Amino acid sequence: MVQLMNRTDNETKATVSPMEAPVREAAKPVVYDTKQLNLWYGSHHALKNIDLPIRENEVTAIIGPSGCGKSTYIKTLNRMVELVDGVRTSGEILYRGRNIFDAKYSVEELRTRVGMVFQKPNPFPKSIYDNIAYGPRIHGIKNKKILDEIVEQSLRGAAIWDEVKDRLNTNAYSLSGGQQQRICIARALAIEPDVILMDEPTSALDPISTLKVEELVQELKENYSIIIVTHNMQQAARISDKTAFFLNGEVIEFDDTDKIFQNPADQRTEDYISGRFG
Amino acid sequence: MVNPTTRERASVQELIAKAGNNKRKKVIEKIIPIILFLIAGVSVLTTIGIVATLIFETVTFFRQVSLLSFIFGTEWLPFSNKEPKFGILPLIVGTLKITLIAVVVAVPIGLAAAIYLSEYASDNARRVIKPVLEVLAGVPTIVYGFFALTFVTPVLQTIIPDLKIFNALSPGIVVGFMIIPMIASLSEDAMSAVPNAMREGALAMGATKFEVAMKVVLPAALSGILASVVLATSRAIGETMIVSLAGGSTPRFDADFTGSIQTMTAYIVQVSTGDAGYGTPIYYSIYAVGFTLFLFTLLMNFLASRITKRFREAY
Ligand SMILES: Nc1ncnc2c1ncn2[C@@H]1O[C@H](COP(=O)(O)OP(=O)(O)OP(=O)(O)O)[C@@H](O)[C@H]1O
Ligand SMILES: [Mg+2]
Repeated sequence: MVQLMNRTDNETKATVSPMEAPVREAAKPVVYDTKQLNLWYGSHHALKNIDLPIRENEVTAIIGPSGCGKSTYIKTLNRMVELVDGVRTSGEILYRGRNIFDAKYSVEELRTRVGMVFQKPNPFPKSIYDNIAYGPRIHGIKNKKILDEIVEQSLRGAAIWDEVKDRLNTNAYSLSGGQQQRICIARALAIEPDVILMDEPTSALDPISTLKVEELVQELKENYSIIIVTHNMQQAARISDKTAFFLNGEVIEFDDTDKIFQNPADQRTEDYISGRFG
Repeated sequence: MVNPTTRERASVQELIAKAGNNKRKKVIEKIIPIILFLIAGVSVLTTIGIVATLIFETVTFFRQVSLLSFIFGTEWLPFSNKEPKFGILPLIVGTLKITLIAVVVAVPIGLAAAIYLSEYASDNARRVIKPVLEVLAGVPTIVYGFFALTFVTPVLQTIIPDLKIFNALSPGIVVGFMIIPMIASLSEDAMSAVPNAMREGALAMGATKFEVAMKVVLPAALSGILASVVLATSRAIGETMIVSLAGGSTPRFDADFTGSIQTMTAYIVQVSTGDAGYGTPIYYSIYAVGFTLFLFTLLMNFLASRITKRFREAY
């Protein structure tokens, strides 16, 4: 909590009065606007009437107990959830003003703008270089010089360039789990997306790698909007600007992270963050 | 720990001790490996026996016919009364023609089927298609043989008027169809084994399904796919009935696919079903040809195992 307070002085002041929060929010445009989203896996109602405005250049943390629908929600944002048979949705998600469920909206286009980092590192069984160049290549970038540049820039962006620059041609699976995860982040950065979705990106990592990824998220915020699912309360408090607390498929509370962790409005939020259930 | 005395029955540990399974298990553990070793030994001995016979008779053949003329000879005229010639090249060329056509037919179709089955097919479609493939694999080759001779050849003749009754094209295509299930099902196994996380990684970057199949799944499954192709090729090289029935019996050293040919296998059938006298060069020649064939398939198997190692993508 102490770290949090120190982080940005001007923000700390703002949180003193909750009334001022909406004013500050209005400064940043909404990237993703979820409106009355419902989702069913067959007959299982996994997301219930979700309303969430997610703003540009912010880190939004999604917390909640296991099975509450965090992964489901984040996978709905890039429509990966539709890979599961028997998924139905209602309501809408506006990405930059357009409903992503619109029949005319191409999922490929959406996913080109919205990158994703998974819980378990999942590099391709290819060289480090080819892993990073994969996205740009499928989207038609062939120029070797440009690709080289993208690869270096993305690896630097993911804070792993120094560790791998001498072995770009070795298989990505020869790296450690933490390195693999940063390769996956670099892979997502390589197409310079607008939003990055992260589903428990550090749950398979050791504390040092976790720290690196967390620092990375802080830096990436300058240029990207980030939505991150985490089970780690300290992590959510450390790195996010906004936090959404999910419970049984519903959003119980969504507010500034400082507010959620210091003065939650709902008793259930307080119980969860203080470890009384979940 | 539960205190055993508070219960009516003895503790599980005591029951285990009383059952006294241990002694019996020890004896079984000693005997089983011996029995398994003997059984495995039978198959090894059989293989050694076959190879030994093959080598022995092949050596006898080369006492009568020079090795060089066998390897480099371009004429295979074993039944000639004046001067029999035993140059293996025409038979090898016949075999290669069949194999080439078969592979050209089977690889694209087999791979397309595998990609469809592993990446696109719904569970329902898979439930229908897989058994059909298995039936295709279970058709006796003699049936394929007369199918080639009595159906495929006449059909092809309407397209290629020059096509002879016996030719390389028709049995080649049919051998191709015979090996499709092998390529399709082994490749599909390899592709299905690629973890879903990898597909998701690519899809999440905006790749289409086809890009995922071609640029993620195919490369990741490459070793399995290549191995299936090599094994299928090996099958095509050794295929006998189809080529005996529809390929003809004219050993020829040329690049013509429309006329009668003879493969190594078809020659062995021809001699085995005829009446070559024991001890004649013709009699021994089938061993030499058989040995050559054996070297070919051995090479393919070796290749298959090298490929699986060389192209294995760790994940
Ligand atoms: N593929 C699926 N088919 C059917 N039900 C599913 C599927 N995936 C998730 N569910 C159900 O939807 C609910 C939400 O799951 P989800 O994976 O979103 O939870 P989560 O919040 O990410 O949990 P965790 O913290 O354990 O990752 C759960 O009840 C789960 O059983
Ligand atoms: Mg989850």
